Amino acid sequence: MTATMPEQRFLPRESLQTLFDVLAERGYRTIGPVVLDKAIQYVELSDASALPTGWTDDQQPGHYRLTQVESPRCFAWANGPQAFKPYLNRSREVLWESRRDSEGNLEFVLPTPTDKPLAVIGARACDLAALALQDRHFLDQARDPGYAARRASLFSVAVHCTHPATTCFCVSTGDGPRATSGFDIALSELDDGYLVETSSDTGRALAAALPLQPADDEHNRAAAAEIDAVAQRQCRQLPSDDLRQTLFSRLDHPRWEDVAARCLSCGNCTSVCPTCFCHSERDQVELGGARSQHLREWDSCFSEGHGHLHGFQVRPETRHRYRQWLTHKLDSWHDQYGRSGCVGCGRCITWCPVGIDLTAEAHAICDDAIEPEDSA
Amino acid sequence: MSPNLPRQAEVVDRTEESPSTFTLHLRLTDGAPYRFDPGQFNMLYLHGAGEVAISIVAGDAQAGVLTHTIRALGRVTKGLQQLGVGEHIGLRGPFGQGWPMQQAQGRDLVIVTGGLGCAPAVSIVHHVLDQRTRYGRLSILQGVKHTDDLIWREQYAAWAQLPNTQVLLAADVAAPGWRGHVGQVTALFDQLELDAPRSSAMLCGPEPMMQAAAEQLHARGLTADAIFLSMERNMQCAIGHCGHCQIGPDFVCRDGPVFPWPRLRPLLGVRGF
Repeated sequence: MTATMPEQRFLPRESLQTLFDVLAERGYRTIGPVVLDKAIQYVELSDASALPTGWTDDQQPGHYRLTQVESPRCFAWANGPQAFKPYLNRSREVLWESRRDSEGNLEFVLPTPTDKPLAVIGARACDLAALALQDRHFLDQARDPGYAARRASLFSVAVHCTHPATTCFCVSTGDGPRATSGFDIALSELDDGYLVETSSDTGRALAAALPLQPADDEHNRAAAAEIDAVAQRQCRQLPSDDLRQTLFSRLDHPRWEDVAARCLSCGNCTSVCPTCFCHSERDQVELGGARSQHLREWDSCFSEGHGHLHGFQVRPETRHRYRQWLTHKLDSWHDQYGRSGCVGCGRCITWCPVGIDLTAEAHAICDDAIEPEDSA
Repeated sequence: MSPNLPRQAEVVDRTEESPSTFTLHLRLTDGAPYRFDPGQFNMLYLHGAGEVAISIVAGDAQAGVLTHTIRALGRVTKGLQQLGVGEHIGLRGPFGQGWPMQQAQGRDLVIVTGGLGCAPAVSIVHHVLDQRTRYGRLSILQGVKHTDDLIWREQYAAWAQLPNTQVLLAADVAAPGWRGHVGQVTALFDQLELDAPRSSAMLCGPEPMMQAAAEQLHARGLTADAIFLSMERNMQCAIGHCGHCQIGPDFVCRDGPVFPWPRLRPLLGVRGF
């Protein structure tokens, strides 16, 4: 990771506000991390002083706590429950509206996009990798107009991760800790400021408006060393074998029953997962009945309704649902999107109320040398 | 036409097929052209209630009329049942991959259906009868739980009179006067006049029935890749976005609902997929 560093310049810490100001001048609505409800969350903000300065986190399976330390740094933490996915793939969105006139004629209307362009400050490598997957899902074969409009205007300021949680395993999925694509500007945070690199024309144009200074060798060395150290600190990993062959050949492995006995089927893992895209659709009708909005809302493969057909429940039991989630995420995604659906952010481990660790489950199922019986 | 937005359709006629099953004949009011392949489906939208995925039974391009046979089971379909001629609904579609009618040209067709209506299979028959000379022998095997569930009796009787066409019916439970087979539809294979190497099979119905039929037809000499299945899953978006209908590498709404059997075979019958 240290070998070739893109050319970087230095933004002194006291000038970080300029980044917010320049984005605002250019018409962006800026979102970034703050401490809210005892967690790092991404909200709209215009002031660098709102960033979580001095906050760091302790994450373990089923455990998340923030603590304050003596530090000038604003990005010394691993991701909280959500980053910016809900700003692009909204948890609730109007897909279209049906309008009925007094004669009973129907008119169907797409919502008019009214959003300002969106800028995100503090995008992590794992979430940028997840963004690329959401792009493939919502843009490649059938284009989702709402997502497409928001995505086209997105300006992303990545911050390379230097503080992984114990639940993180982005090194094992190949998605972090250094952001390598999908950003306009990337920052490496140091005590006295930020190394700034750009990777798009929009990013370069914006960086030109920042009071950047030449970066010295010491800055470059320190930043690279911090990112490299992350790789050493991550202790979790997914099995390195091609899980595609393994998971589907072990559909009757006893571990599925074992994990089902612990899993509450609550869907927290899918809610915090930055690549999960399932949603349900329903109508919300105005009281008078003339207008009805056709809505999309996040759904989970752990929900009762997900596999529902009339007279038939595709996944009646928790073991079916957990197996559906894991085989889709780690296996079928390869066929559908050309890679695994896991970016190693570790959120599903932290936010699982009973602390189920998908890396442990995957190892238990895949590392087992015993040939399982044929599935039927 | 955006796959994301419904078009308005008017109910131009409706047929009561049984107390719970009805057929809507719809005309798109925008006059824009509409073409579909047998086996594809539409999303029908009832104002204020929601959408439901319904297979297209038939379409008359000249009259611009599309036919959907629907069983009133849930909130939306029960609402659709109440519609009268002249009322309006929304329609998105067509969606998905239909039956391989092109690939099956010149071959004998074995259609095996189970359950009520089985509209996707009936769409094949309509297509074949429209272009009769392009296909060989047509065999239609329909199974139902109870003989009272059999709709389109006159239609089956009429098809049975056509040259080069065989119609075989089976019911698990038979009312008095039933002249078809009593038992499962797969038991009809013994009566099937089958030239296996030149036959393609198209199956539609409950999965255990399709699985059994596919295995038995394969054992009788049909190649695995000449057997096709129409799958049913929870479909809400119809464009591969909502995730409910995923089976292994596929979304049924986009990559199906019709699949070659070998594509589905590894997960067919595995509970949970």
